[in-house]
Amino acid sequence: MSEEQFSALVLPHLDAAFNLARWLVHERAAAEDIVQDSVVRALQYFTTFRGGDARAWLLRIVRNTAYSHLAARKPGRTMSIDDTPIAQDIPDPAPGPEAALAHLQDLSRLDAALAALPAELRECLILCELEQLSYKEIAEITEVPVGTVMSRLWRARQALLRLAPAGSAA
Amino acid sequence: MMQPDCGDILFLLQADVDGQLDVAGTAAVAAHVAHCPDCAARQAAMIGLKARLRGGLSYHAAPDSLRAAITARAAPAVSHVAALPPRRNRIGRLAPYAASMAIAAMLMLAILPERGSDLPDSVVASHIRALQPGHLMDVVSTDQHTVKPWFDGRLDFAPPVKDLTADGFPLTGGRLDYLAGRPVAALTYGRAQHVIDLYVWPGNAAPGQGERNGYYFVRWTQDGMVFWAVSDVARAELESFAARWKAGA
Repeated sequence: MSEEQFSALVLPHLDAAFNLARWLVHERAAAEDIVQDSVVRALQYFTTFRGGDARAWLLRIVRNTAYSHLAARKPGRTMSIDDTPIAQDIPDPAPGPEAALAHLQDLSRLDAALAALPAELRECLILCELEQLSYKEIAEITEVPVGTVMSRLWRARQALLRLAPAGSAA
Repeated sequence: MMQPDCGDILFLLQADVDGQLDVAGTAAVAAHVAHCPDCAARQAAMIGLKARLRGGLSYHAAPDSLRAAITARAAPAVSHVAALPPRRNRIGRLAPYAASMAIAAMLMLAILPERGSDLPDSVVASHIRALQPGHLMDVVSTDQHTVKPWFDGRLDFAPPVKDLTADGFPLTGGRLDYLAGRPVAALTYGRAQHVIDLYVWPGNAAPGQGERNGYYFVRWTQDGMVFWAVSDVARAELESFAARWKAGA
C-alpha cells in the first residue's frame, strides 16, 4: 500500500463520488463534506480493499456516508421501500413527489422529478444512467440483490414517466 | 409460440433497454414484443425515457476546490491513517471518533508550517501532531518484544527497539509515521509527564541537535539507521536520553 496506489485508485472516481453524493443530499456543501469524509474512511479501510472495482468500493462508502448524513439530518424519518411488492406503483413518499416538485422549479423538469423520488430509487437511476454501471455493480454499491436493483429502477422509471411525461418541458 | 406473460417480462424489457441481457435474453424480449402491443408500447416509453435521462439529467462533477483539497490530503494522510493496526485497549474506545481525529490530524498538517526541505521542522511538526488526542501510539506496550514485532510487515526495515526504563525513560509504544519522503518508525518514551518521540529510518545523517518552537531535537546515525529524538523535555535530558539509547543494549 502506498500513496500512489491509493491516489491512483480513488482520485479518478471523485466525479462519480461527488455526483452520487450531490444527488443523494442535494446540497453542494453537504455533498463536499460527504466526499471528504468518504475519502477519510476510504483511507482507513484501504488495507481491507482486496482489489476489484475501486469505483464501486468508493461509491459504496460515499453512499453509506451520505445515508448517515441524511439520517442525522432527519431523525425518525427513515423509510423502507423494500417491503412493497416489486413492480407495483410506487407508494407516495411523504411529503409527496408532486409537492416536492413545486419547490424545485429551478431544476429542469427531469432533474426535479428525479430529486423528488426516494433516495433508494434515485441512486439506482443515477448509477445506471449517469455512471452507466451494470446491474451487478449497482447491486454491489447499494448492497442489495440484483433483483431489487431491477425493481427499484423499474419503479423509478414509472414514477418519472408519470411526473415528467415525454413532451413536457425538459 | 408460447410467450412468457407480461408480468414476468417487464424486468427483462427494462434489462434489454439497459443493455444488460445476453443474446438469448434479447431474442426472448424481441419475440414477446413482436406479439404484444402493450409491451411494445412499454418498451418504446422506456427507450424514450432513457434517451431523455442520458441527455437531460445534470451531472455534478467534483468542484476543483474539492479535488484539490482531497489530492492534498490524500498524500500525507496515507501513512498515518491507512496503516493503523486493529484497534484495541485505550485506542479501541476512541475508534468511533477515528474519522474526526483523522480530519483533525490532516488539518494540523495544513496549519503547521511545513517547509518540505527543512527536516527539523517536519520532525518537530510530526511530534506535535502525534501529541494530539488519540494519535500518539498505534501499538501501546511497554514491552520492546511486543513493539518490535509490531513493525514487521509494516515497514521495509526492522527498527531497533530498546526499553530504557532502568534509565528513567520507559518505552510506552510505537507507531508508523511519514518523514523525509518515506514511512518511518516512531518509538515513544515517557519522561515524567513528557513524551519523547524517537524516529528511526535507514540512512545516514550528520549528528546534530537544535530547537524549534520550544521543542528540542537530537539527531544521530547508528548501525545504518538515522535517529531523531524530539521532545519538550529540557535539552540536557534529551541529550541524556540519546546518550543512553546509543549505549544501551
